[in-house]
Amino acid sequence: MSAVAAPPQRPLWRRLIGFNFITALILGVAGWYVGWFGAHKIVGPSLDYFGDIDYNELSVYLAYIGGVVGFLVGLGFLNYPVKRLLGYPPSLREKEEGGWTRYFSLCTDHKVVGIQYLWGVGLFFFIGGLNAMLIRTELLTPHSQAFPAGTYLTIVGMHGTMMMGVMTSGILGPFANYFVPIMIGARRMAFPRIEALTFWLLMAAGAILTTTVFFGGFPTGWTGYAPLSTQANPGIDNYILFFALVGLSMTLLGLNMIVTVLTMRAPGLTWTRLPIFVWGVLSTAVLMVLAAPVLISTLAMAALDRTAQTTFFNPSGGGSNYLYQNLFWVFGHPEVYILALPGFAIVLELLPVFSRKPLWGYRLAVGGLLGVSLLSWFVWQHHLFVSGINGDLRPFYMLSTELISIPTGLTFLCGMMTIWRGNIRFTVPMLFCLAWFFNFLIGGLSGVFLSDVPSDVTTHGSFFSMAHFHYTIMGGLIFTFFAAIYYWVPKMTGWELNELLGKIHFWAMFVFFNSTFAPLFAVGFLGQARRAVTYPSNLQFLNDWVSVSAFLLGASMLVFLFNLVWSLAFARKPAEANPWGSRSIEFQLPSPVPVHNFDRIPVFSSDPYGYGEGTQPVAVPAGAPAGRE
Amino acid sequence: MASQPAAATRPGDSTNHGLRVVVAWLVLSAIATPLVAIYVGPLIPPGNGSVQAQGQTFSNQVMTSLVTPVLCLMVVFFGYGLIKFHLRRNEAVLDGPPLRNDSLIQVLWIVITSAMVLFLAGFGTYELLKDGAGGGQGPNPIALPAGHKTAFQVQVIGQQWQFTYRYPSFGGMESNQLVLPEHTLVAFHVTSLDVVHSFWAYELGVKADANPGVDNVAYVTTKGPMVFHVRCAELCGLWHGYMFNNGVVVNHGAFTHWATRALALYHSIKGYVNRPADKGGAPFAYSYLPEPTRRAG
Repeated sequence: MSAVAAPPQRPLWRRLIGFNFITALILGVAGWYVGWFGAHKIVGPSLDYFGDIDYNELSVYLAYIGGVVGFLVGLGFLNYPVKRLLGYPPSLREKEEGGWTRYFSLCTDHKVVGIQYLWGVGLFFFIGGLNAMLIRTELLTPHSQAFPAGTYLTIVGMHGTMMMGVMTSGILGPFANYFVPIMIGARRMAFPRIEALTFWLLMAAGAILTTTVFFGGFPTGWTGYAPLSTQANPGIDNYILFFALVGLSMTLLGLNMIVTVLTMRAPGLTWTRLPIFVWGVLSTAVLMVLAAPVLISTLAMAALDRTAQTTFFNPSGGGSNYLYQNLFWVFGHPEVYILALPGFAIVLELLPVFSRKPLWGYRLAVGGLLGVSLLSWFVWQHHLFVSGINGDLRPFYMLSTELISIPTGLTFLCGMMTIWRGNIRFTVPMLFCLAWFFNFLIGGLSGVFLSDVPSDVTTHGSFFSMAHFHYTIMGGLIFTFFAAIYYWVPKMTGWELNELLGKIHFWAMFVFFNSTFAPLFAVGFLGQARRAVTYPSNLQFLNDWVSVSAFLLGASMLVFLFNLVWSLAFARKPAEANPWGSRSIEFQLPSPVPVHNFDRIPVFSSDPYGYGEGTQPVAVPAGAPAGRE
Repeated sequence: MASQPAAATRPGDSTNHGLRVVVAWLVLSAIATPLVAIYVGPLIPPGNGSVQAQGQTFSNQVMTSLVTPVLCLMVVFFGYGLIKFHLRRNEAVLDGPPLRNDSLIQVLWIVITSAMVLFLAGFGTYELLKDGAGGGQGPNPIALPAGHKTAFQVQVIGQQWQFTYRYPSFGGMESNQLVLPEHTLVAFHVTSLDVVHSFWAYELGVKADANPGVDNVAYVTTKGPMVFHVRCAELCGLWHGYMFNNGVVVNHGAFTHWATRALALYHSIKGYVNRPADKGGAPFAYSYLPEPTRRAG
């Protein structure tokens, strides 16, 4: 995929032997069995592990931990420390060059990791989406069932957990890893091995969650509330391991982003010249680093409750399920802004390009992003308005939740004023950005109902809140995810995406997205509870309408998939270096971006939004490489 | 949207676009908001089943009316902006005017959004503290309706997968029917024997989570006789989808009649109820400790 002058390559069979994906799979499976039988040695002999009684929880945990360790060893994550211990000089470069096989191995090139993320996240997004189709199949009828009740709950839980877990890295994974170093004029991320580790941890996590079906699934949804999680099937152990690994991946990804942006900016790239996308990534990364460890420790407690018989969340032993809910939402509410903020950043980054105007109110936009990031820490108990926890704090959480609409409104203002009096081009990425305004507006306005305690008593736990967060997360994150794909994939791969198919995808997705989720506000208001396999018979027409729309929404994703395969594998029309006329630095580089990005580090003298100001975009200096990193 | 500095983007463009948008917005809002309030308002749930449900309906109506002008602004802005300012086919891609800032707009925007937010928070707090709005408030409620000390107490016990109800004023009698007297202030004491459930009496406008070991209080003032729906609103395991039931509000005579008979029935079967999860035989308490959850390994 890349036109790199690589050193003479070894034959294929030789490249397949070594630290790569195949070895990783073999060692992963081996590690899984070592952990499984090791646990049986620890716990005792009388375990009927394929029967239906007395499942050995410890074996599930140790098996998957062993599997992940084996997987990472097989990919070569221990090579560097071992080499250092034995006194060999370490090298990054060996992992950065080569053909397609580097996409299936530990690669420290941030651009390879970006593309790995794009396909990896896409795969799990697809699995999560298929689960959504199954949910809507079940809800075609109010009482008769397409799936057994337990299977339905597993499908609901898989959909939610997959989307909330993997899609946290939906924009930071592919696009921040690829473009943040370029945008700040660096050749790599601060911690390239950790960068690769975040990706492979996420893939291992996704595999763990998918294999929950072999352990009976899990009944808790994506929130995993205790004590339901304590009494659930062994499948919940997969959920716990999945989310803990995702949390680890998020923490490392966020840390890497923060350190990269803080320390590796090129000369002249002051804080007020930083692209707004980088600001968005930075504010998200701060949330990731602070929120994800809370999740990991919460899940560790849940795992101890299940294995070591502790009672963190069990009132009979002095624990409290409020503890779980509190800790989960301390993570969980920043988490939803981890999903939303990259969307804000993409919209603000793309609007100037397609309106041919500078970003309006740069400092205000930065303030908006940071304000959301800060306030998101003070709102989490609005998920618990009727739970009976801290009843006297509800007015405070009502206020803080509503306050967060002020910085969010600043994002709207800056975006709206950017397109105002501009020369707007309705390209595919721009259409997705404009759809963001509509979707997030509906999502935000329905959030006003949920933030108000009296209204929340009606809407909490109903399809109203479900429609609300699909408008904000699918409408806010997934639409901008696609905007970023149509905007940047030509730059990443060097091939153009078909515009007509892109427009068909957009209109189908936009129309059917709204036709799916708008009626759910009414359905929720009329009393349909979330995650329930039955619903009142009088709501069947609306539910059928929603299901049919959802299937068509799913079909619109197939248009996208066809476009991707067609454009990248068959049509193969080479992309121009700067198809959108952008002033951002990545579009001053050739497509795809060469290994090591720049021969010499560029010097910035302005922000990338100087449309109509008669200045030149940042120049990429040519010349001899400045040596390896 | 106040007026913009006049930096012509296209030849001959000197119209005051900002003024047009503001005027169109004000006109549209002035038309749409009353229409929404009058025609959509009465359709908004949860309706009129209790004083608290009525309060929620009012809150929902206020919210709906309040978001209408915001929606109008976006419709007008994007309708006007996208039609007026997009590039025509084959038009050269020129840069627009380099507008980077306008402090008047910034200040206006922040002031208006802040005012809306503060109004919403104040309104919500007032509506909440007035009578508790039917929500679960925990063991020490702060939003107390008038006469709460003499409220009729009903305990709601959630367990996998049904709700049962205990009446402390009738000897801690337990029933799986929820019957309430009309025009009475009822204090629901919601608790659970196992996992987290949520007691949602839709037409009464009551929603309160049932937590093991916790007494979660929600107040509701019933109106006339009616049938209402009860369902679990928090995922509680396998048969969560089937955890629903009906309850009734009846007049005082019928209620006393029902309660006396239910109490007699309860006393006659109490001795036979010995399932560990069933507190039917246990003395009344505001919460019960669940059985420890056992896991293997």
